[in-house]
Amino acid sequence: MGENIKMAFRGIKTHKLRSALTMLGVIIGIAAIIAIVSSIKGTNEQIKRNLVGSGNNTVEVGLSQGGMEYEVEYGGIPAGIRPVDEETKKAIMDLSSVENVSLYKKRSYQNNIFYMGQQTSGASIYGVDADYFAVAGLCIKEGRLFSKSDLQKNVKIAVLDEAMAKGLFGTEKAAGKVIDIKGEPFTVVGVVKNISTFEPVIENLQDYETYMNDGQARIFIPITIWPVLYIYDEPENVLIKAVSTDSMTNAGRDAQEILNASIKEVPGSGGMQEGSEEGSSSVKYKANDVLEIANRLQETSRSTNILLIAVAAISLLVGAIGVANIMLVSVTERTTEIGLKKAIGAKKTVIRRQFLTEAVVLTAMGGILGVIIGIIVARVMAAVMQTNMALDIPWMILAFAISMGVGIVAGIGPAIKASNLNPIEALRRE
Amino acid sequence: MLIELRHIFKDYINEKMVTPVLKDINLTVEEGDYVAIMGPSGSGKTTLMNILGCLDTPTSGEYILDGTEITGDSSDELLSDLRLNKLGFVFQTFNLLPNTSSLENVELPLVYAGIPKEERRKRAAAALERMGLDDKTGNNPGELSGGQKQRVAIARAIINDPRILLADEPTGALDSESGESVMELFKELNEEGVTVIMITHDADIAAHAKRVIHLKDGIIRGDGGECSE
Repeated sequence: MGENIKMAFRGIKTHKLRSALTMLGVIIGIAAIIAIVSSIKGTNEQIKRNLVGSGNNTVEVGLSQGGMEYEVEYGGIPAGIRPVDEETKKAIMDLSSVENVSLYKKRSYQNNIFYMGQQTSGASIYGVDADYFAVAGLCIKEGRLFSKSDLQKNVKIAVLDEAMAKGLFGTEKAAGKVIDIKGEPFTVVGVVKNISTFEPVIENLQDYETYMNDGQARIFIPITIWPVLYIYDEPENVLIKAVSTDSMTNAGRDAQEILNASIKEVPGSGGMQEGSEEGSSSVKYKANDVLEIANRLQETSRSTNILLIAVAAISLLVGAIGVANIMLVSVTERTTEIGLKKAIGAKKTVIRRQFLTEAVVLTAMGGILGVIIGIIVARVMAAVMQTNMALDIPWMILAFAISMGVGIVAGIGPAIKASNLNPIEALRRE
Repeated sequence: MLIELRHIFKDYINEKMVTPVLKDINLTVEEGDYVAIMGPSGSGKTTLMNILGCLDTPTSGEYILDGTEITGDSSDELLSDLRLNKLGFVFQTFNLLPNTSSLENVELPLVYAGIPKEERRKRAAAALERMGLDDKTGNNPGELSGGQKQRVAIARAIINDPRILLADEPTGALDSESGESVMELFKELNEEGVTVIMITHDADIAAHAKRVIHLKDGIIRGDGGECSE
C-alpha cells in the first residue's frame, strides 16, 4: 500500500499541470461545500449568541394571552392570578435546571417619567427585589443597588439603566437626582448596565425586531413600593437564571408548568374553564425562551441551506467526471508502462490497485486543498459581508471522505480498463 | 527439458480475417542453452517470443515451461506468476519507468513478488553493482546513456533469479560498443546457468548464441543447434 501511494504521488508529480486541473474540480466542489457549511454554522451561532447571549442564560416567564404579552395596564388583574407565593417560587428554585429565581412586576410603554421637563417615551418600569439585578446580569455602573432595608422601608428610590440615564440626564451624573414617576418623586440611587458587553449584529428589520424587544429604556423601583404607583397584588413575572444555555428551554418549560398549576380557578369568571376558547382567551404563564426562538430561526433558513449544498454537490459531481476522464486519458497515455509492469509479473489486481490509488490520492489531495480553500473563502465572505463563520469539524471530515469516495468511483472504471490491457498490445505501442 | 513446444499454432483473428502466424512449431530448449531466433519481419518471431514469454497463449498446441503446461485456456493469474518467477525480459527500447531511479526500476519485480523493502533494496543494489552501475543507483533513466539503460533493464530482468532470460532485439537501439558489452553480460549469465533466448536481426549478434533458429512464414526453417556445438 505504501509503495502504491508512493507510485501514485510520482504519477501525479510527473503530470503536474494535468493533475492540478483534475484536482480543480474536486477542490471547487469541496471548497464550496465547506464555505457554505461554515457560513451557515456561523450565522446560526450568531443568531444563538444574539438571543441567548443577551439574556445571560435567563428565561422570563410572564403572563400571556392569545400568544401576546399580557398587559396589566389594559386588562387589569386577570381572574385567579395572584402574586407568586413563596411555595411556588421555592418549587421553581428546586428545579435542577434552575440556578436562581427572581420575581418582578413590570409595566411596558410608560410615558409618565419626567425630569426637569424631559419626558420618557416607551420606557419599562420594573418592580424588583434585591436579587433581581444579579439574576438579570446587571451590574452597577454608578451609585448603588437596592438594599434589604430599602425594600422594607418603602422608600421611593429608583435605579436606571444606561439608556434611561442617558435619556434623562445626558452626560450628567444620575445618582442623587430626583425624578417624577406618575406624579411621585423618586430619588435615583444608581445606574446599571449589562454585564455581558454584548451587541447583536443587526442586518435587517427582522433582526432588529428579534433582538431589540428588550432594548427599551428600563427603570427599576423596589417591588414593595409598587402599589404606590400601580395596583396592590399585581401578578408577577418570574426571571429564571438557568444553570446553562442548553437547559434554558427545560427551565422555562418546567417553571411555566409550575406557575400555571398555581393559577386558582375561579368559577364563573371569564374564559378560564371554557375549553374550546381557552387557547385564545385565557391568561396563562408563558416562558419567553430565546433558545427556542433561535432554533426556530435556524429552521427557516434550512431549506435554503440544503439548496446551496445541493448546488455545491453538483459541482463536486462535475469534478468527479473530470477525474474519471483524466484517469482514462492517463491509462491510454501510460499503456507502455502498464504493459511493461504486466510483462515483469504484475497481476491484474496490482495494476488495478495502482490506478485506483492514484485516483484516490489525487482526489484526496483535492479534498484537503478544497477544505483549506473553503475555510479561506468562508473567512473572506464573513469579513466582506460582516457575517460570522464557524468551522464545522465533522463536515470537514465528511468532505474529505467524500473526496476520497469520488476518487474511488471515478477511478474504478479506468483502473479496470488498465488492468485488462493486453501486455503485448501495450508493449507494441511505442 | 526446460522448454517444450508441441505443434504450436497461432492465428490472429482480425475482424473477418484469420491470419495464421505460427504454423506447427515444434521446439525444445534445454536448461543452460543460449538460443538466437532470427527471421525477416513478419516471420512470426515476435509472436513466438510472446508465447515463450507467457505474454500470449497459443491458438492450439502445448507449451510446457519447466513442467507447467500452458494452453490457450491458461489463466491470467498463472501467466503473470510464471512471468514473475521464471522469466526475465529485456526489450529493445529498455522500457524503464520514467522519473524513477535505477534502483527503484530494478526492484520493481521484487515489489510484485512481495519481498520486504530492506531485502529489495539490498538485492537491487547488488544487481546494479554487478552491471557496473553502482554509481548510478539514484539516477533516473533520463540521465543514463543507452548502454547504461539497457544494463539497468538487464539488472531488472535477473533480479528475480529467472530460469530464462528473454531478449527482444536487446542491442537494436545501442551502438556496437554498448551492444558488445550487453553480449558479454548475456554470456556471463548463460555461463552461470541462465537459459537465454533472444530475437535479433543481426547475424553478428546471433553469432554469440550457441544455437540459431531461423524462422520464416511461421515455420522453423533451420535450427543451428548442432552447428555451434
